[in-house]
Amino acid sequence: MTIRGQAFIAGAYEHPRRVIPDRSVSQVHAEVALGAIADAGLSLSDVDGYFCDSSAGFGPISMVEYLGLHPRYVDSTETGGSSYIAHVGHAAAAIAAEHCDVALVTMGGVPRSQAQGLAARPSGSPEASFESTWGMSIVAAYALAAQRHMFEFGTTSAQLAEVKVAASLHAQHNPNAFLPNPVTVEEVLESPVISSPLHRLDCCVITDGGGAVVVVSPEVAGNLSRQTVKILGQAEAVKHMDNGRIDLTYTGAAATGPRAFEEAGVRPSDIDYVSIYDSFTITVLETLEDLGFCEKGEGGRFVLDGALVAPHGKLPFNTDGGGLCNNHPSNRGGMTKIIEAVRQLRGEAHPAVQVPDCEIALAHGTGGSIATRMGSATVILGREDT
Amino acid sequence: MAIPLPVPAPARTPENDQFWNATADGHLLLAQCDECATVIWYPRALCQTCGSLSVSWIEASGQGVVYSFTVVHRNSGSFGGAVPYVLAYVELAEGPRVLTNVVGCDPETVHIGQPVRVAFFDTGEGSALYRFEPAEEP
Repeated sequence: MTIRGQAFIAGAYEHPRRVIPDRSVSQVHAEVALGAIADAGLSLSDVDGYFCDSSAGFGPISMVEYLGLHPRYVDSTETGGSSYIAHVGHAAAAIAAEHCDVALVTMGGVPRSQAQGLAARPSGSPEASFESTWGMSIVAAYALAAQRHMFEFGTTSAQLAEVKVAASLHAQHNPNAFLPNPVTVEEVLESPVISSPLHRLDCCVITDGGGAVVVVSPEVAGNLSRQTVKILGQAEAVKHMDNGRIDLTYTGAAATGPRAFEEAGVRPSDIDYVSIYDSFTITVLETLEDLGFCEKGEGGRFVLDGALVAPHGKLPFNTDGGGLCNNHPSNRGGMTKIIEAVRQLRGEAHPAVQVPDCEIALAHGTGGSIATRMGSATVILGREDT
Repeated sequence: MAIPLPVPAPARTPENDQFWNATADGHLLLAQCDECATVIWYPRALCQTCGSLSVSWIEASGQGVVYSFTVVHRNSGSFGGAVPYVLAYVELAEGPRVLTNVVGCDPETVHIGQPVRVAFFDTGEGSALYRFEPAEEP
């Protein structure tokens, strides 16, 4: 069985705020849930499938009650920031199997207002005894990958900076972006080194917020007046240390890309727009290589000359400003990646960054620590009429 | 003035107790599969290669080279006052690449491919952290 064409994204909603000190996490879930359901033209009582991560209380057990749902299908797959892209694929599979017709996926959090630390290595995990005593940080984990990528392929800090520059050029058109001002390569390189070779401006923002999408069956989609987006293919993977023989130069996208493209029946050259997880600039570079948009090691050269800048770059990316400039709610950027891809396929991105005749889009999520122990998920989406 | 690098005690489990006890005596142990001889990292009572649950300890040579590193200039928690310090993956002579610190040198001199050797730092709780110091270039 394939999910190709078996389900549609009918509603998508990103919380407009980036600092939300006056809301609980469950309130954020509720606001984005109702936003996405209203966008679809449905009501809460139509929902018969529910998906969320483990960060809100007891996952779906808490949130189904909070939202007053009565789903006949639930899923709380937890693969960090890539979770929501897995949820969309799982929702499509559940719909194809007739286990539900209207699936709601929500996420949210308020790490900026609550100043929650983000553990680089979860305590209680089997690896914790061997990885939590060295002064690891989230930035340092990605810096280790960047350093090795530079060593093997000659990637430079200026090339990494091009990723941030492109995101910032897009963010200036997003009135909700946390960092709306364009930056230059020089400004990235002159920002403080947090963990070499990564600078402060190589890192994403920390924001409160969240988002939600509604995935529906073809029958439900056919009865809605709102333009929907067709799910063409999805894949997920967990990449790990491989018994200590770790290779920091590639990510789980090397596994998810080929499978998602095969299911969708398209190739990288068919993709009009990409949402690429951008927790750090190096995340984007390695992911672009792994998904097949360029050869392994060529990412640094690929992103030069405005390649990622919408609308006319060769591969417009993250036109909302991405996690680097717009929003990285709850330290998890997977949901916002889906939402901007939906905007592009509906022709509802900001006019300054709308990709002309955008027909096929890809959204990719990352969770955990790049290249060491991580979740990856890819979804390929098409315009309603594809 | 930076504080010395903290030496926090690792979490102990029945599965890794012997490993950490040995570090207190200056030994770096590696788990090795009794069936297929695969060297296992991080230490666990399972061989991922052949599925055996029969695993024994061997002693590592303590020699390695830097696979990748980062000079940490900013962190929260107890290590935040110890910046700059070096976090690294060191490839042991036996094969595994292990997360650790490179110490005993100017952080700015650390480089990929650099030979290093193990040094132990007492946690005061019956274990020691295996960090690495520069060794002679071959």
